[in-house]
Amino acid sequence: MPYGLGIAKGMLVTLRNLARKPVTVQYPEQRVVQHPRFRGEDFVWYEERCTGCASCAKFCPQGIIKIVTAPSGEQTQEGETYKVETFDIEIARCMFCGLCVEACPYDALHMGTGFERASPRQSDLVVTVEELRASAKRPSTWFRPQFQERGYDPAKGEDISWQDAGREATVAPTYDDMLKRWVKGR
Amino acid sequence: MESSFDKNALFANLNDIYLDLLPESLSWMAYLGTGLTIVFILVNAVLLLTAFGTYMERRVLGRFQTRLGPNRVGPFGLLQPLADLLKLMTKEDLRPDSADRLTFFLAPVLMVTSMLVVVAVIPFGKDSFLADLNIGVLFLVGIPTIATVAMFLGGWGSGNRFALLGAARAVAMLISYEVPMIVSLAGILILAGSMSLVDIVEAQSLPFILLQPLGFFVFIVAASAEMNRSPFDLMEAESELTAGFHTEFSGMRFGLLQLAEFGEVVVTSAILATLFLRGWENPFIPADWKQVLPPQVWLLGKILFFMLIFTWIRATLPRMRIDQVMAFAWKVLFPLALINMFVTAAMVVAWPDPTYTQLWVMVGVNWAVAAGCIIGFSLALDKHRVNPTGSVKLVKMPKEVS
Repeated sequence: MPYGLGIAKGMLVTLRNLARKPVTVQYPEQRVVQHPRFRGEDFVWYEERCTGCASCAKFCPQGIIKIVTAPSGEQTQEGETYKVETFDIEIARCMFCGLCVEACPYDALHMGTGFERASPRQSDLVVTVEELRASAKRPSTWFRPQFQERGYDPAKGEDISWQDAGREATVAPTYDDMLKRWVKGR
Repeated sequence: MESSFDKNALFANLNDIYLDLLPESLSWMAYLGTGLTIVFILVNAVLLLTAFGTYMERRVLGRFQTRLGPNRVGPFGLLQPLADLLKLMTKEDLRPDSADRLTFFLAPVLMVTSMLVVVAVIPFGKDSFLADLNIGVLFLVGIPTIATVAMFLGGWGSGNRFALLGAARAVAMLISYEVPMIVSLAGILILAGSMSLVDIVEAQSLPFILLQPLGFFVFIVAASAEMNRSPFDLMEAESELTAGFHTEFSGMRFGLLQLAEFGEVVVTSAILATLFLRGWENPFIPADWKQVLPPQVWLLGKILFFMLIFTWIRATLPRMRIDQVMAFAWKVLFPLALINMFVTAAMVVAWPDPTYTQLWVMVGVNWAVAAGCIIGFSLALDKHRVNPTGSVKLVKMPKEVS
């Protein structure tokens, strides 16, 4: 290749870039739309689905979920659920691994899509049960195939009620399906 | 005294105004006041253009890299230079213990001065300039050399080995690039028959970029080397020398060095516009036709155009190695400049007083020579590459003996 041809080519590349639109997203004014499967910080919790089993707290590798259910004075019948009084997630130490969401047997806890929870004080970084009750019910579809199959996207601003959040709403895959998907398909 | 300013209409008019204002006994002050006024206008114009140049360079560089560049301070980020200035002013001015007090003080001052003084000889309108030196071109290439001295003073006086290394590289490189730069200007001097920049602008019945394509190429490469910018910024190579000769400078001293560096872009653009694009005249139509835009606008437009080109070069090319830089100066640019000089001289001997048609023939011959030389050198250099593409085989590492 003649000497200096690379220079000319490089100059053309930058000139072409000059005509392109900048890729910058100007953050406080514009926001990047997150993927539906994004594991974000504002957890979605359905109180109606939660039994207070504290599986999430047991599976949390950091041990940052604190659950207190109703005191033992109130006799709870078999098959009913505990009343959750405290559900603190100390999100300052959360690493968003999502093991709590994987562990939840009743699909009561889901990851959210938020990413803006910076705070000057660590004490602000605790998600309390009141906040969990009040938060918008727009769960991330991570580890929730029932949402994915529906084509649900939390960024579109559509809420999901507690009746629709469970995996019992979808048809379980048959043995042949699983064979096709996990064994033969590979 | 009066006779040398006959041509300078701007000077004469301003002098008249001052003479009207001042009493008879103070008439010598009119001369002084006029000069100072023009100096004030010129220095402020260059400094403002430099400030705008830093902003424009950062914005355009951003667009070259498909990002936005500074756009937060003021409308479109236009106040960014002001914010930079405030930041630099409020920073602590450190001087290392090992630094030499005098040279450390002198280096930024000398650099800014050598950058500003060059503007004196550049005409910015019909019969308006600060000085019409009959050795204008010599002045142009001589004065910026002071910046080299300033760099070495700064680098040596810092008492820092990175700074000293950077300064040594700067001196080695800048001295080499002076040579092709000066020889490339010889063609223009032969064509114009004068060293005064005012005469050179008036001699350009065709812009000299058409008559001197090879000279233009050599000059713009050598000038971008003189400006210490990418791809010739190896005296301040961040990855090797922290910041080169201005490693130890901080606060407004550093600001002055940066100002000199960006100001040199403005000044070099002005020189290029004057020498190759007809200076303050409209480059597209003959000088005796009706002019619509004022000459200052044309000069400004040409300066901005060349600043854009320098930004483009900076946005594209990576830094060269020191041996590549030196080899390029001596093996490519210097012969090209010599060829340009000889071809121009031969044509001037053939047609001492060229008509318009003969000028266009000269244009054709010069462009053919330029294209032939550049292609020929590029092919010849390809044969003598140190590591031509694929010729060096990768040696397999011997297996580790365990």
